[in-house]
Amino acid sequence: MPLIDAQDIEISHGATRAVFGVSLSIEAGEIVTIVGPNGSGKSTLLRALIGAIPVSKGAIKRAPNLRVGYVPQKLHVDPTLPMTVRRFLNLPRRVGGQAVRSALARTGVQDLEKRQISKLSGGQLQRVLLARAILNDPQVLVLDEATQGLDQPGSADFYHLIEALRDEIGCAVLMVSHELHVVMSATDRVICLNGHICCEGTPAVVTATEAYRELFGTGTGGALALYRHDHDHAHSDGEACAHDHNHPHEHEAAE
Amino acid sequence: MSDLLDDFMVRAILAAVGTALACGALGCFVVWRRMAYFGDATAHAAILGVALALLFSVSIPLGVLIVALAMGLLVGALSSTTTTPDSLLGVLSHGALAIGLVAVSLMPNARVDLDSYLFGDILVVSKVDLLVIWGGAAVVCAVLAWRWQALLAEILSNDLAYASGLNPRRDRMLLTLLIAAVVAVSIKVVGALLITAMLIIPAAAARLIARGPEGMAVWATVIGVVAAVGGLYGAREFGTPAGPSIICFATAIFCLASAFGQFRRA
Repeated sequence: MPLIDAQDIEISHGATRAVFGVSLSIEAGEIVTIVGPNGSGKSTLLRALIGAIPVSKGAIKRAPNLRVGYVPQKLHVDPTLPMTVRRFLNLPRRVGGQAVRSALARTGVQDLEKRQISKLSGGQLQRVLLARAILNDPQVLVLDEATQGLDQPGSADFYHLIEALRDEIGCAVLMVSHELHVVMSATDRVICLNGHICCEGTPAVVTATEAYRELFGTGTGGALALYRHDHDHAHSDGEACAHDHNHPHEHEAAE
Repeated sequence: MSDLLDDFMVRAILAAVGTALACGALGCFVVWRRMAYFGDATAHAAILGVALALLFSVSIPLGVLIVALAMGLLVGALSSTTTTPDSLLGVLSHGALAIGLVAVSLMPNARVDLDSYLFGDILVVSKVDLLVIWGGAAVVCAVLAWRWQALLAEILSNDLAYASGLNPRRDRMLLTLLIAAVVAVSIKVVGALLITAMLIIPAAAARLIARGPEGMAVWATVIGVVAAVGGLYGAREFGTPAGPSIICFATAIFCLASAFGQFRRA
C-alpha cells in the first residue's frame, strides 16, 4: 500500500485552478522529485499531500498514522517570539535533549542547539528544519524547495545528506524543486508539474564528460543528475491548455 | 477572609491581579501572532455587549463575552478571505465602538455609567465580579497550558503543524474564544479601551528579558501583576483613575526593560 495516494485531485485558490487532474502515489522508500516552473502548483500540491490545504476534487489517501517529516520552503520566525533551536525541536512534541542533539548532529549543526532561531542564516535554518523533520522517524520526508538559495556545491551537499538520511531511516522522500533539469541523482522518479502532470520519468545519471562537468561544476560528487524532457507535446484529448509547455532548456546549450 | 474581602482596596487588588494573570500568557500570543488590532476590535465590541446585556437583562460579563466572541469570529472569518485585513480591522474595531456607544446612549431609562466600561471601575468590584475574574483567569491559563505546545508550533508554521497532525484552524478559534473571555473579565478592571494594552504591554516588556517562550509568558505575568498592584497604589496615592494608572505602570516597566535590553546587548 502506498504511503500517500492522490487520485485525480484538483486544488483551487478561489476561482483559479492551481493543480488539476493530478494522480500520484508515493511508495515506501522511494525518492520522488516534483519539478516545475514558478507558479506551477508544486508547493500547493505538496501542502495538499501533507493535509495543510483541502482539495476541491478527488481524494488523497494517507497510510494510517503516517509519520511525515516536513521541511518547509521557508520559516518566518517573528522576532517577538524568543525561541532557541533546542526548544524549536521540542515542538509540537517534547522529545528531550538527547534526541535533539542527535538529530542536530545527523544534519551537521549540533553547535546551533542554544542559538535563537530568528538569528540563523538560511543554510543553518534549512539544516535545523531537516533535523526537526527526522525527529519522529518519518516514513516520508517532504521537502519544499530545499536547495533554494544554496549554490551548486551547497545543493550537492544537501542532497548527499538527504540520501544518507534516507538510507539510514529508510523513509520515502518527496521533494519539490524549481530546477527543471537538474535533480538529485538518487531520485527514482521525476514528475514535471505545470498545473497538471506534464511528464514523468527517471533522471539520467550525470556522466563524466567535459560538458557535464562544466554544467554542474566540480565537486558535486555525483549528487546531481539530469532530467531530460521537453514539452512539445499536444494534448491528445484536444483540451485547451493555457500553460506554456516550452520552458527553457538550459542543458541543451551545454550539449 | 470575608471580612478581608469587604475592604474595597483588597477586592480591587485581587481583581487587578486576577486580570493580570489572565492577560499574561495570552498577551504573549497576541504579540507573537500580531493580533493587537484583533484584540482592539474584540475589546471595542464589548461596549455593544454591555448595551445588549442591559437590553436583554442578562449579566454584563455574559453579554460582553458573547458579543466579543461574535466579533472575534467575524474578524477571523473575514481576515482569511482578504489580503489586507488591517484596514478591515480598523473598520470593525472603530465601527463596533461607535455602534456600542450609540446603543448605550439609546438604552431606555437605564442610567449607564459609560466611563466605567470604557476605562474600568475597579473600586466598585463586587465579590461576584472577583469570582468571574478569577474563574476566567483560571480557565484561560488552563486552556493555554493544555494547548501550549500546539499553539507554539502553529505560530511558527501552519504547514509544519498540519504535517504533525495538528489542527491550526481549531486552535485559532480557541485563541479567539480566550481573547473574548479575557475581554469579558477585564472590562471591569481596565475598561474596553485599555484591555489590549493589558495584553500587549507586559508581553512586549517580557520579550526584552526572556530567551524562551515559557520564560516570556512567566515574565509577562509577573510584570502584569507588578503593574496591577503598583498602578492601584499609585491611583490611590495620586487620586488618578485605576485602569489607566495600571497601564502607565506597565508602560514604565516596558521602558525599564527596554533600557535593560539595550544595556545587556551593549
